[in-house]
Amino acid sequence: MSKYIMEAENVKKYFPIKGGLFSKIVGYVKAVDDVTLKIKKGSCVALVGESGCGKTTFGRTILKLLEPDDGRILFEDKNLAEIKGKKMREMRKNMQIVFQDPNSSLDPRFTVKNIIGEPFTNFTKIKGEELVKKVLELLELVGLKKEHLYRYPHEFSGGQRQRIAVARAIALNPKFIVLDEPTSALDVSVQAKILNLFQDLQEKLDLSYLFITHDLSVAKHMADNINVMYVGKLVETSETESLFEEPLHPYTQALLSAIPVADPDYKVMRAVLKGDVPSPANPPSGCRFHPRCPEAKEICSKEEPELKKVGDGRLVACHLY
Amino acid sequence: MGFFDEWKKRNESRIKETKFTLNLFRHSFLSMLGLVLILFMLLVAAFAPFIATEHPEYATLINPQGKRVTEERWEIHFDEKLEPPSSEHFFGTNDYGYDIFSMIVYGSRLSIKIALMVVVSALIIGVVLGALAGYFGGWIDEIVMRVTDIFFSIPGLILAMAFTAALGRSIEHVMQAMIVVWWPIYTRIIRGQILKTREETYVEAARSLGTTDWKIIFKHILPNSFAPLFVQVTMDMGAVVLTAAGLSFIGLGASPGTAEWGLMISTGRAHIFHAWWYVFFPGMAIVLFVLGFNLLGDGLRDVLDPKLRR
Amino acid sequence: MEELLKVKDLKTYFYTYEGVVKALEGINLDIYKGESLGLVGETGCGKSVTALSIMRLIQWPPGKIIDGEIILDGKDLLKIPEEEMRKIRGSDISMIFQEPMSSLNPVFTIGSQISEAITLHQEVDKKEAEKRSLDMLDLVGMPDAEKVMKQYPHELSGGMQQRAMIAMALSCKPKLLIADEPTTALDVTVQAQILDLIQKVNKEIDSSMLLITHDLGVVAQVCSRVAVMYAGYIVEIGTAKQIFKNPYHPYTKGLMHAIPKIHVETKRLEVIRGVVPNLITPPSGCRFHPRCDHMMDVCKKKAPPTVKVEEGHYVACFLHGGVK
Repeated sequence: MSKYIMEAENVKKYFPIKGGLFSKIVGYVKAVDDVTLKIKKGSCVALVGESGCGKTTFGRTILKLLEPDDGRILFEDKNLAEIKGKKMREMRKNMQIVFQDPNSSLDPRFTVKNIIGEPFTNFTKIKGEELVKKVLELLELVGLKKEHLYRYPHEFSGGQRQRIAVARAIALNPKFIVLDEPTSALDVSVQAKILNLFQDLQEKLDLSYLFITHDLSVAKHMADNINVMYVGKLVETSETESLFEEPLHPYTQALLSAIPVADPDYKVMRAVLKGDVPSPANPPSGCRFHPRCPEAKEICSKEEPELKKVGDGRLVACHLY
Repeated sequence: MGFFDEWKKRNESRIKETKFTLNLFRHSFLSMLGLVLILFMLLVAAFAPFIATEHPEYATLINPQGKRVTEERWEIHFDEKLEPPSSEHFFGTNDYGYDIFSMIVYGSRLSIKIALMVVVSALIIGVVLGALAGYFGGWIDEIVMRVTDIFFSIPGLILAMAFTAALGRSIEHVMQAMIVVWWPIYTRIIRGQILKTREETYVEAARSLGTTDWKIIFKHILPNSFAPLFVQVTMDMGAVVLTAAGLSFIGLGASPGTAEWGLMISTGRAHIFHAWWYVFFPGMAIVLFVLGFNLLGDGLRDVLDPKLRR
Repeated sequence: MEELLKVKDLKTYFYTYEGVVKALEGINLDIYKGESLGLVGETGCGKSVTALSIMRLIQWPPGKIIDGEIILDGKDLLKIPEEEMRKIRGSDISMIFQEPMSSLNPVFTIGSQISEAITLHQEVDKKEAEKRSLDMLDLVGMPDAEKVMKQYPHELSGGMQQRAMIAMALSCKPKLLIADEPTTALDVTVQAQILDLIQKVNKEIDSSMLLITHDLGVVAQVCSRVAVMYAGYIVEIGTAKQIFKNPYHPYTKGLMHAIPKIHVETKRLEVIRGVVPNLITPPSGCRFHPRCDHMMDVCKKKAPPTVKVEEGHYVACFLHGGVK
């Protein structure tokens, strides 16, 4: 039995761009372009990057909420490409997702009981009193109260809504949860509580996480391993501590120095990048980072760098190495 | 008592939200007026036998085209024909001596029946097709929308004439013709809403929880897509009656002698100068009926618009 | 330092169906010439309402400025007529918003929008306005400025749109720039650029800035002074160093501990218990007392006065004074 709960190899997800008079396909948005990522059982792996890098698309693709265009996805050693229809739905009991926006991920016409009860009604015959009991147990686990059972989402704050979403995700004891920027829409103090909740649940329920975020400080706090993505490609993979001690890829370095630190004495020498994040519909040639890279060489615009092993468990895709 | 308390606790939120909606509604005079008018019509229709002074009889027979139809018959009183409004006949009498007031009262039943039947039937057809097209997309969407386009282009008047010629003159046949041309608008509306709703994150969340497609459509998408339909349906109640009255006016639809508002105006034309009440009261009835539904529909649109709510 | 804007006892309420939302309950703020003041707080604390109140952009219904004074150059902005206020908006006080895409008119070119801002407040002809617009775009570091003048907002990236907004806001060399979460919608690497830009341009134009944000990191890097808001009150104000190194108010302290920091090892984040209060029925006395670990009896009864704890550093908390 593999020590990995989720192994995603060479995953590709392209979105066709239609144009012209007859809506012909004129190009592709290469949202996820050959990304390999493995998550050990019981660990928390972070996937970090800015907008358009493909991290959200990747999260959905490995759960087969989007059909991958290429690559192999193994969940507990089972190849997800071979599982379809009803069997795939059954698989979903084990792999869940918490979305970024708690305002739109809950059906505004459903009560809390119905929202959290939905996974039960989908897969079990539990209903009535028994269902209410189970839902109340989950509410307690995530820090909500009995009175909230029959309320509607719009009556709650962002943090509480996210807790409802978490309760829903853990209802059927999944083993793996994709956390897609779960705290980006929340205030600082609320974020702290939700992150603590995730840590508690991981311990209590023996969960594995893929934590998607653009915030490196949150990634450092939560994850054992960090993967950095840029415009559809993985540029650096490393254990958390090593990444922060010595970031290898120029993009990772820029990302780190760009984060404003909540300490007025800590004036970092900012490697302020020029230009904007390129669109995955029209990525730069060769290494996708080369137009903004302070260390770009001639080869960088011509050849895409491969992910190479550099030291213990560290991978970098850069011609510097 | 315990059960009611339990129910109240469970639906506390829904009750609060309904109160808020009603309160918003209350503040619009015109909407309230519309509501009052409609409630008034409904009451009149419900208690018609107690309000009217004369009552029709119904007979079933086979028409020239071989179809079984129901005919409405009023008692003829030639000695009382074309009398102006009085204490005995509140709205006067027509050229056969029928009491116009009673005809108007019974006419409300017919109008409501027409409105309900046409709108509900068209709604069912329209929503089912629109839901299929909207949720599944692809070629199902293409086929349904092309069919909808075809039906949109059928002229209602011509169809009504064709039905009448083939099946005989009866209000039922006219209703059938109206249903055929009325459903496409509902398909378009619901499809548009579903296209929007199915992109919502909570739909994707339902999918990630293993909810089947059908459950997603019925529990998540449809309930969240109905809002624009409410307004359209309300306004259509009035529009259908107006159309039916128009068709009866030109001779399609209600058979002679039926207390149908449009038909009454049509026969009343000949007497418009010496018996104004013959045309006036049915006309007013139509105006109030349609106005009531239009005002209610307008009010609903304002009230249900989430931006204007808070 | 010379004072530019003085906000005294500002009260803004919103009259809604559910009740009266007491969004601002007596705000006191001073902004000095040439400085950048950060206004931090979480959602619903009233920082955006403060900005809109200063600009007198609160819509009635349902919002109304009930009380207070906003003194700019000796004039009380709350007492002058609307036409006068309109002249001040955009030229003396300018504002940039969080979502540049929804603040730029999609059917007008960038050039025409900046020129419009210029011609509205200055007596110049169209050509001169265009030249100044181009100068502004250069000032904000817009790549290919001449091309951008003729482009529409949707053709620009998020970072470029924000630069365009800044150009528009600064086109009339305002005395005060209010920036309401200007980088929250931007990527981290772009945010760094925009923050650098704002600082540089403010120095060149010699304008003051009121930076509103929930991001404590941004405030620490950009602002010289910081005011912390909670539930419609300013609970602490001081220099950036004082607030970050030596916070006095329990809420400020709680905020500092709740952020995951890169250069500090944190196993578990400390949380402030409870939730942000409902401003229709706010807690009595000090609005923070239900969540405060140091709550005393007096905190429930009276709102704490603002007391001085060191030079330039003030707190509204009974723990540090005000208890008679």
